[in-house]
Amino acid sequence: MAKGNVTINVERCKGCAFCVEFCPTKVLALSSAFNSKGYHPPHVVNPEKCSGCDLCGMYCPDFAIFGYKVPAPRTEAAKHAS
Amino acid sequence: MTAVAAPPTNPVEPFLRTERIPHIWCPGCGIGTTVNCFTRALLESQLNLDRVAVVSGIGCTGRVAGYLKLDSFHTTHGRAIPFATGLKLANPSLEVVVYSGDGDLSAIGGNHLIHAARRNMDIKVICVNNLIYAMTGGQSAPTTPATAITTTAPYGAYEPSFNLPALAEAAGASYVARWTTYHVRQLTKSMNEVLHRRGFCFIEVLSPCPTLYQRRNKMGDGLDAMKYYREASKVNNGGSAQDAAITKDGEIVVGKFVDRVRPDYMELMRNRLSSQLGEDYVEVENLLCS
Amino acid sequence: MQAEPRGVLTGIHFLDGDQACCEGALAAGARFAAGYPITPSTEVVERFASRIPTVGGMFMQMEDELASSIAILGAVWGGAKAFTVTSGPGFSLMMEHIGYAAMTETPCVFVDVQRGGPSMGLPTLPAQADMMQARWGSHGDYEIIALCPNSPQECFDLTIKAFNLSEQFRTPVMFMMDECVGHMTEKVVIPPCEQIEIFPRRHTHKTPAEYKPFEPEADLVPAMVHAGEGYRFHMTGLTHDERGYPSMTLPTQDKLVRRLQDKFHAAEDQLTLVDEAGMEDAEVVVVSYGITSRVAQRAIDMARQQGIKAGRCRLIGVWPFPDKHLRQLAQRGVKAFVVPEINLGQISREVERATGSFAHTIAVPHAGGSVHRPEHILNAILEAVK
Repeated sequence: MAKGNVTINVERCKGCAFCVEFCPTKVLALSSAFNSKGYHPPHVVNPEKCSGCDLCGMYCPDFAIFGYKVPAPRTEAAKHAS
Repeated sequence: MTAVAAPPTNPVEPFLRTERIPHIWCPGCGIGTTVNCFTRALLESQLNLDRVAVVSGIGCTGRVAGYLKLDSFHTTHGRAIPFATGLKLANPSLEVVVYSGDGDLSAIGGNHLIHAARRNMDIKVICVNNLIYAMTGGQSAPTTPATAITTTAPYGAYEPSFNLPALAEAAGASYVARWTTYHVRQLTKSMNEVLHRRGFCFIEVLSPCPTLYQRRNKMGDGLDAMKYYREASKVNNGGSAQDAAITKDGEIVVGKFVDRVRPDYMELMRNRLSSQLGEDYVEVENLLCS
Repeated sequence: MQAEPRGVLTGIHFLDGDQACCEGALAAGARFAAGYPITPSTEVVERFASRIPTVGGMFMQMEDELASSIAILGAVWGGAKAFTVTSGPGFSLMMEHIGYAAMTETPCVFVDVQRGGPSMGLPTLPAQADMMQARWGSHGDYEIIALCPNSPQECFDLTIKAFNLSEQFRTPVMFMMDECVGHMTEKVVIPPCEQIEIFPRRHTHKTPAEYKPFEPEADLVPAMVHAGEGYRFHMTGLTHDERGYPSMTLPTQDKLVRRLQDKFHAAEDQLTLVDEAGMEDAEVVVVSYGITSRVAQRAIDMARQQGIKAGRCRLIGVWPFPDKHLRQLAQRGVKAFVVPEINLGQISREVERATGSFAHTIAVPHAGGSVHRPEHILNAILEAVK
């Protein structure tokens, strides 16, 4: 189950690929799509590996991405039990 | 159905003058990375952000002031430090951070750097070092390593270059550290540390200049620079700043080199004047006019 | 608003111009000065260094004039009233920051105790050869206020005026002394603080959400804030819009630089600062400023004794130049203007420019190093009425 997620601001990205390289679990890759300035922004390719550590956000020089932790959802059984 | 909470905002966002984003820095430039570290350090420090003032000089790093939503001053080339000095002395309750580049701080601003360090003026200097004058098109800086090609050294630099941590230490700085834009966690920690210290603090951050330094020297792009930092950096906390010289493609010594407690300028001034003038000395909290 | 008592050295004193200038600054509320030693100005800051710890404030001897001239701007934006002091070579070094102060509309005072030049020139001897530099010394289009005292008493009184004008117009003000006035010792009367009028900092009443640092008020001058008050404002020397953000476009440039001049032009009458006598029937008017005006007065008296209808128009405010006033004098029948100054012709050009269609201008230059002899100026007056 994913423990983290990222938000990508596609239009701010300048395609430097810091986030792709420095994500410790290789969640991201540069997409083949373009933003309006002609850069290839990243997209999530391994969502289940994201821990929400926000290293991508720390590295991004363009403030175009950040990661955050997502609380693990409770199972259906656990919800009914309490 | 479980309600899904709205995703949080990027922690850097409240610090940005968002109407001016995207910024002017090139793809793969590391200045924005240092800003992420700075904003997170500000958050962790729990300082009253209304009391944090940022003073920049001229150059690519000098543009930081314009993007930060704090009291921010874009001053003249090389003179961020004396401006910051006046600002701090007028209102010592301000946390004054000088955020500028290697050329601005060590070439035209060199004299002010060494004197502020000598005085142990309570200002925090973040020196983003991209080894070049980037804004004006890639001229040599005092930090440009030998053999690097620049527009004013078209056959390769041959001047000995500054070791900025050694310079800051020799001049009297209380705190001296160097990191690179690869070392985001350590840089954030250093920045947070200095926000709680008094005295002249100097943090150098090596940062890629892909468009000029990297390209003209056929060293790839910003990401290639970051990979080089990862590979070539050697952390030497507590090591000697004297051993931290930078070469074009050699080892990069990073870490905290100097951390010493010395009375800062205001303390020295107040002690001296009160010892000489006794009750006649009028000590004021600030110089605010009505 | 009245002067703060702790800065006012009420009483009758025997001071030189430099010392009186320092007292004027203290009376005006200056609590920060930064400077670098340079003859013949150093005594201003030496006295300030000695006085300020018992008044409540700070003096910093900076490492050079470049640092001094911007440290005072930082202090102003931190909330203080501040000034710096220098002479010719230091004045040249400060030019970038005078322009920066003009562009960012930072209220402050730059004191230039003029000495012989160019370059090192005559460090201990008077001249008035920085007058054009006071107006045009920094690059780009901007207007400036420059005041010229002619006695230690005026060094006190006009320094207060300089600070007041700087606050009213949100501008650096050039205080153009000379070595003679600076080092001459005379009686200086410092009144009680209730009798000293101070123009307070034009602090905005708007909230951070409403305030824009470069949005002009009705008199074309914006209101100010200080760092640390929660306004989170930005300031730059780049061409900027009303928010203070860089906006390097033609319309922004046009609007900004015109306003930087218009805010003075709109107050032309207030900024016409002259001291006149014998003007009712004057056929020749001696236009002078600073120490030269005292020698000129002797020459005028000598001329009157000979039956010549000579008048005195002493410029207290040299910049903005009182064009309208001088032109009106010329149009009303003054036939000639005699302009003695300790330089090879600077303000004489301004007089000629303003009055040239109507009257004749005779410059009385002096290369520098001492004051004119009265006969020198009298000869020019005699020449003028031929």
